[in-house]
Amino acid sequence: MKSLPTSSIQRSNHNFIVLCLLGLFLAVGTLSLLLGPESIAPGQVLQGLFDPADTIARRIVLYVRLPRTLAGLLAGAALACAGVIVQVVLSNPLAAPSTIGVNSGAGLAAALCCALLPTNLTAVPFAAFAGAFLGAVTVLAIAQRTGASRLTLVLAGLAISGIFSAGVDTILTFVPESLNGYSDFRIGGLDGVSLKQLKPAALLILPALLASLSLHNELDLLALGQEQAQALGLSAKKLRLAALGLSSVLAGAAVSFCGLIGFVGLMVPHIMRRLVGEESGPLLLTCALGGGVVLCGCDLLARLLFAPYELPVGILMSLLGGPFFIWLLLRSRGGRHSG
Amino acid sequence: MVEVRNLLVGYGEAPVLSDISLAFPPGQVTGVLGPNGCGKSTLLKASLGLIPIQGGQVLVDGQDLATLSPREVAQRAAYLAQSRSVPSITARRMVLHGRFPYLSYPRRYRPEDYRMADQALQWADASDLAGRSMDRLSGGQRQKVYLAMALAQDTQTILMDEPTTFLDISHQLEVMALARRLANLGRAVVLVLHDLDLALRGCDRIALLSGGSLRALGSPEEVFLNGVLDEVFHVRVGRMNTEEGWQYYCSPLPR
Repeated sequence: MKSLPTSSIQRSNHNFIVLCLLGLFLAVGTLSLLLGPESIAPGQVLQGLFDPADTIARRIVLYVRLPRTLAGLLAGAALACAGVIVQVVLSNPLAAPSTIGVNSGAGLAAALCCALLPTNLTAVPFAAFAGAFLGAVTVLAIAQRTGASRLTLVLAGLAISGIFSAGVDTILTFVPESLNGYSDFRIGGLDGVSLKQLKPAALLILPALLASLSLHNELDLLALGQEQAQALGLSAKKLRLAALGLSSVLAGAAVSFCGLIGFVGLMVPHIMRRLVGEESGPLLLTCALGGGVVLCGCDLLARLLFAPYELPVGILMSLLGGPFFIWLLLRSRGGRHSG
Repeated sequence: MVEVRNLLVGYGEAPVLSDISLAFPPGQVTGVLGPNGCGKSTLLKASLGLIPIQGGQVLVDGQDLATLSPREVAQRAAYLAQSRSVPSITARRMVLHGRFPYLSYPRRYRPEDYRMADQALQWADASDLAGRSMDRLSGGQRQKVYLAMALAQDTQTILMDEPTTFLDISHQLEVMALARRLANLGRAVVLVLHDLDLALRGCDRIALLSGGSLRALGSPEEVFLNGVLDEVFHVRVGRMNTEEGWQYYCSPLPR
C-alpha cells in the first residue's frame, strides 16, 4: 500500500490550507470590526457588541461595522461558491456570476422589487434569486443550443448583462428613489448595509452553501463530462439545473444587499484551484472561506486607503479583477493554440 | 447481460444505426469494429441509454432499459467514454467516484468503497498513481486510472470506447490483457477498437459495423474467413501462423 501515505499527505495538506483560511477569515473579520475611519479601542468594540449601554462607539460597531463585516464575509463566500458552481456546470473557466449575467439578472430583479415594494426588504433576496436564475438559465440555454465556445459564452453573458443593466437604468429613471438604500448599486459596495437587510439574505445563503457542499461528489462527476457522469448514474440534466439554481440563490442573495460586485466569483475559485485542485469538496470549502477573506479584506482596504474618504469595494474589486480576467483570457487563448 | 434488439438510432433515410440485434455475453470479450463514422460509439451509448433511441429495444438483465433509472443502469454496466476529461483531482478520488452508483445516505463514500477503489487501482496496476493528480499523469497512466474507475463500479458488463487509442503498444497490450482477465472473471467486456490485429487476436467475438448496420457477428476466425473485413475496410486482411498464434496484417487491395 504505497498509495496511502501520498493521499493522506494530500488530505492533511488540504486540512492545513482550510485551517489557514479559517484563521484568515476570523482575523479579517476581527480587523474589520476594529478598524475604521473612527478609531475605537478594542475594549470599546467588545463593550459595544455586548454591553447594552448606548454609546457612540456601540452605535458605530453595532450599526456600521458589524453589518458591514458580516456582509463582506457572507457575500464573498456566496459569490465565490457561486463562481465554482457555474464554472463546473458550464465547464468554462471564464464563467462567473458577474461574467454570465447572473449578477445583473439579480440586480434587475432587486431593483424592480425595490421599486414596486419599497418597504419590503425581505422580498428583495428572493426576487434577486429569481432574476439570477433567469440569467443563468438563459446562458445555459445559449451554451447548449450553440455548443458555444468559451468566449462566445462570455460574450453572450456580456450581452445579457447589457440588457439587464439597461433595465436597471430604466427603473432608476422612473423611480429614482428605488435603490436609495444602496450607496452605489451598480458598482457594488458594503456601506449602508443593515442587519435587517442581511437577515433574509443570510437565511438563503447559509443553507445554499451547505447544499452546495453536500453536492460535491455530483459536481466532481459533472466535471468529467456529461456522458461519463450519466454513465455513473447521475441525472446530469437535473443536476445542472439544480446546481444553477443553487448558484443563483447564492449570487442573488449576495447581490440583494451588496449590489453588483464583480470578479469575486471569478478570482477566488481560480486562486483556490491552484491551492487545492479541482476536487469540489475542498474547493467549495476553501472558496467559501477565501471569498469572505478577499471581499471583507478588500472592503477594509477600501475603507482605510483614503480615510476619511471611502472607496466602494466594488471599485477596488474591478481594479483587481479586470487585469485578472484579461490574464485568464490570454491564458485560455494560449491553451487552445497549444492544446 | 446487455442486449439490443432491432435497434434504430437516428432519423430519416440514413439513420446512424439500423436494425442492430446483438448481445454482449458474460465471460467474453466482444470487439466492436468498423470504419470511422459507422456508429460504433453510438452503439455503446445507446446500449446504456446515454442517447435516445428511435426504435427497437435495449434489455439489461432482461429488463427494458427504459424502465431503469440511470443509477440502476450504472450498477449493471460501466462505460468508459471516448473523450475523457482530465480534472485536477487525485487518481484515487477519481476511482472512488466509480462507486457513485452505490452512494446512499449520508452521501459519503463508505470504508468499503475506499477498499474497492484501492483494489481496482491495484487491478489496473495503478496503485502507485493513487495520490497523484490526474492532470499530471501521462496518457497511459490516465487510461489506467479510468479503467480502474470502471472496475470500481463493479458491474457485470464493461463497455469501453476506444480504450487503446493514443496509447503505446505496450499499454495497448496491457489493456487487452486486463480485458481478458475481466472476462475470465465472468464479466462481459465490450471494446471499440481500431487496430484489427489487436481485435482479432484479443477478442472472443467480433461485431463488425459498417454504414450503420451490423455486417458480421462471430468469432474472429469466422469473421476473417468470411472475407467481409476486406470489403468493409477496403484493404486485404491476411494472417500468418506464428508461435504466438495467428497474426493479422493489412495490405492495400490489389488494383
